[in-house]
Amino acid sequence: MNEQLTHMSKQVTAGKLTRREFMGKAAALGVSAAMASTMFADAARAAGPVKGGTMKIGMLGGESTNTLDPAVAATQVPGMVLRLYGEQIVDVTAEGEIDYRLAESVEGSADAKTWNFKVRPGVEFQNGKTVTAQDFLRTVERHANEDSKSGALGVLKGIKSMKAEGDVFTVEMENPTADLPYLMADWHLVVQPDGGFDNPNAGIGTGPYIIEVDEPGVRHTFKKNPNYWDDSLGHVDEVEVLVINDATARMAALQSGQVHMVNSVDPKVASLLERAPNLEIKSVSGRAHYVFPMHTNTAPFDNNDLRLALKYAVNREEMVEKILRGFGSVGNDIPVNESYPLFDNTIEQRKYDPEKAAEHYKKSGHDGSPIVLYVSDAAFAGAVDAAQLFQQSAAAAGINLQIERTPSDGYWSEVWNNKPFCASYWSGRPVQDQMYTTAYLSSADWNDTRFNDPEFDKLLFEARGELNVEKRVELYSKMARIIRDKGGLIAPMFNDFVDGVSTQVQGYKNDPNGFLMYSWAPIKCWLDA
Amino acid sequence: MHPILKLVSQRLALGILLLLGASALIFGLTEALPGDAAQAVLGQSATAESLANLREEMGLNRPALTRYFEWLGGIFQGDLGQSLTNKLDISESIGKRLGNTLFLACVAAVVSVPLAIFLGLLAVRFRNRWPDKLISAVTLTTVSVPEFLIGYILIYFISVKLGWFSSLAIINSSMSLGQKLYAVALPAFVLTLVVLAQMMRMTRAAILNLMQSAYIETAELKGLSTFQVIARHAFPNAISPIVNVVMLNLAYLVVGVVVVEVVFVYPGMGQYLVDAVTKRDVPVVLACGVVFAAVYIGLNMVADIVSILANPRLRHPK
Repeated sequence: MNEQLTHMSKQVTAGKLTRREFMGKAAALGVSAAMASTMFADAARAAGPVKGGTMKIGMLGGESTNTLDPAVAATQVPGMVLRLYGEQIVDVTAEGEIDYRLAESVEGSADAKTWNFKVRPGVEFQNGKTVTAQDFLRTVERHANEDSKSGALGVLKGIKSMKAEGDVFTVEMENPTADLPYLMADWHLVVQPDGGFDNPNAGIGTGPYIIEVDEPGVRHTFKKNPNYWDDSLGHVDEVEVLVINDATARMAALQSGQVHMVNSVDPKVASLLERAPNLEIKSVSGRAHYVFPMHTNTAPFDNNDLRLALKYAVNREEMVEKILRGFGSVGNDIPVNESYPLFDNTIEQRKYDPEKAAEHYKKSGHDGSPIVLYVSDAAFAGAVDAAQLFQQSAAAAGINLQIERTPSDGYWSEVWNNKPFCASYWSGRPVQDQMYTTAYLSSADWNDTRFNDPEFDKLLFEARGELNVEKRVELYSKMARIIRDKGGLIAPMFNDFVDGVSTQVQGYKNDPNGFLMYSWAPIKCWLDA
Repeated sequence: MHPILKLVSQRLALGILLLLGASALIFGLTEALPGDAAQAVLGQSATAESLANLREEMGLNRPALTRYFEWLGGIFQGDLGQSLTNKLDISESIGKRLGNTLFLACVAAVVSVPLAIFLGLLAVRFRNRWPDKLISAVTLTTVSVPEFLIGYILIYFISVKLGWFSSLAIINSSMSLGQKLYAVALPAFVLTLVVLAQMMRMTRAAILNLMQSAYIETAELKGLSTFQVIARHAFPNAISPIVNVVMLNLAYLVVGVVVVEVVFVYPGMGQYLVDAVTKRDVPVVLACGVVFAAVYIGLNMVADIVSILANPRLRHPK
């Protein structure tokens, strides 16, 4: 039987056997469907990508108000559209390394203050213009100047000067910044002709696909860019992104074969969908996490004992099990985890301990009045349920939590970063420095815990300029411990990215940076002939 | 002036006044919602600096009244303005969306209105016998089940299990009429089930009411068949209430189908309006609101006029 299977696998690799035929023959040999499916996928991968076809993707996270401007892209569909039509100077690989896209190489000075990005020669925009260092400069300028409304504005602070000379784009930072290439990998920083100053919505980039139809909130279709410089990417001829915000409709579209992949599978139905024969559920643990931030400068949360009491009063395992249905892992009240480079995984895991919680609660001298937690399902899927679990587990420690449900509409403008205690989420950043700088540095725009610890700030700047890896690990470990023991962050769980992928799709690989292989799926995957 | 012409022009003038009132109301309510377009667009990634920049660009720093009257001025020149969020021309975007909504409404209406009236007549013909009871039971059941549930049930059986129709009703201008009809089959079916009962019950009730009249008895005594009596003698006198309920349901098919649009991912006006409200895109909300109000007012006006035309006493006032 083995010999026959090997022979069949070889036939698949040679392109002589379709999936249907292979599965049928394998079943006849008494091989289980799951096993046969894996064998087929291996054989098909060995055969290399099949070219052609139309890849259809059903996605959550698109509105009729979306634009093509990379600066204001905020949700998943605009993110996918950017990935298809554009590229950044550099990107981050699934392994967390720098992926050289439009820059061929990056070089930093010894003090990590000056960084040179060398332009990849001969790359053309979709309007026929050649990419130059000037385009790099203008792009970063548009996102970083004082008129900017870019989502990347926060990470680009601290640039002292920039210049473009020949084929080299140079960034000079005010302070040493060892992670600067990672900052340039921010997904908003898609290089546009002349930085997109004349028309940010033009939809002209250097990406593997060219926009054909752009109907915001409905669908976006693309055809292959014949001049794309990287031959190893972009296997299908056409890509169609359909906006399907309704979870049930999205799953039905995948099950009935009208789309090849979907993002954001509801954990509640993921285990049921897994039983369907024509699709697979891909769950990737990453850096995204669900949180309950407390304002450390507002009573009663300005008392560290009360904060610790609440941290011990969360039953993390229960939340992962009931809210994420196992598609995730427990958090340790630190906004980073082991998927980050330079993470110290020896930090002790905080556990649910009602006794310790009660002890700290007593020490805090809180008067026993209910502690109000603002929550809405806009914060994350299942946020209201999670708050109720929190309420129950806190009650066991004698802490009275009061849940204040607010409308989803307007949650980010009215509640988050306004109310002293609420529910929220973070999708994570490629490196620890960026995550801490975004939300935990005392001067950060999004400091949603109002955290202000001079020692922490000092360590953060020190780590930025430190090029010795071991020393950096140590510095980051110290910072993580400060946040864990003194910070205003309750981070009970890290949620997985859960995608649904048809068995017709080959070449899918996990990428912890985001949904659908960090939006690379339509570019890196291919369809069975 | 002919009294009917006078009536129509009066109604039209009133309708325009109503539209103005509706637009002011919509503008006021959208402004009263917490947050503004800049905040809604930037969401969690907003900073004080980027918010200020975006507000400046969107012109949100100007007083609300100025913005309203600017918009009103544009309307009288036939310009619906630009969306705050994606800078697309609103007339163009609404044109496409409204076309889609009207297409779905038309398909549903073409099927449901004649069917409802026919079923109503049939129910009268066999009143209190099994066809009447069956028709009432089925239509009342479908109208009582929430439309999203009917939608999901149909998707599960007809598109996932049987694979006959598509669960995604995404249509676009490059599709042929046949392809479009195929794509909207399921949502049109759901809408038909939703609006059928009310129209059918109204037809039945209105005609049954007339069946007690003396002239119906005369017609029966003349020896006409029951169905002829109903269709030729009773129905014309029942047109007024039937048209009223038909128009109400047509208005519903245009302005009330957002749930069905979401379930079948149909690119109609409802979804467009909801997105615009969440993003506080005031010009789009106003434009959608005015279109919806116009449809509602227009259809009601048609119902009134048809009622008058169908009634000789109102047609020739003394």
